[in-house]
Amino acid sequence: MNNRIEKRIKLKAPVSRVWRALTDHREFGEWFRVKLDGPFVAGQVSRGQMTYPGYEHVKWHAIVQKMEPERLFSFTWHHSLDPNADISKEPTTLVEFKLEKIEAGTLLTLSESGFENLPENLRLEAFRRNDGGWTEQMKNIENYVAQTS
Amino acid sequence: MSHKHRSRIATRRQLRAPIFAALGDETRLSLVTKLSGGQPYSISQLTRGSKLTRQAITKHLRVLERAGIVHSARRGRESRFEFDPEPMAGIKEYLDFVSQQWDQALSRLKALVEN
Repeated sequence: MNNRIEKRIKLKAPVSRVWRALTDHREFGEWFRVKLDGPFVAGQVSRGQMTYPGYEHVKWHAIVQKMEPERLFSFTWHHSLDPNADISKEPTTLVEFKLEKIEAGTLLTLSESGFENLPENLRLEAFRRNDGGWTEQMKNIENYVAQTS
Repeated sequence: MSHKHRSRIATRRQLRAPIFAALGDETRLSLVTKLSGGQPYSISQLTRGSKLTRQAITKHLRVLERAGIVHSARRGRESRFEFDPEPMAGIKEYLDFVSQQWDQALSRLKALVEN
């Protein structure tokens, strides 16, 4: 099985603009939906709090791996949703952003790998998101129970 | 869609029906939430802080156990319950979920840099 995600996206913006949106911690936070405590520094931990709706209780904890200007930005991060977990000890996946200049602007390649390292309980979250969503299922059950009792 | 594929989906749906039924209860849902952290808990630990009796909690745990959502292992004098995510979703579903999250994030990034 291929435990890896890879996406390519063409952006109508110069490489320098995309690089800033990826590596300026405020700009990154805007589209990734996280409030970061400080700038990204290669080899250092990046901390913050998710702002993604429904995940505001989740801490952001990543280790910046590589920052090769306008070429490569990468970090490892954990996927734990447990606010009490010791996130510095949680297993991580590797996220890489590769930038390439093209005529139209920038070709951005995102990859995330290492999913086989993650604990199984995370899959509950995927289950919630599938099959039309958790809330929807709960409603179905509620209706079903109301009808049959 | 091949016949094999279709029957696999049907089987999966059948397998999930008892799971949904088992989770259609607030107490059981809160037990699963607690156990999904990955730590095994004894019945006493799960009863602590709950308004329900030990017997009631045990009954709920047995329902979850029959649906395959949790399993128990004896440790000394007590049974400890552990979350079993296997019947719920495989790694494929998790990858699909993360993949969707990236699609959304990248489209926000696109909107930001192209404006």
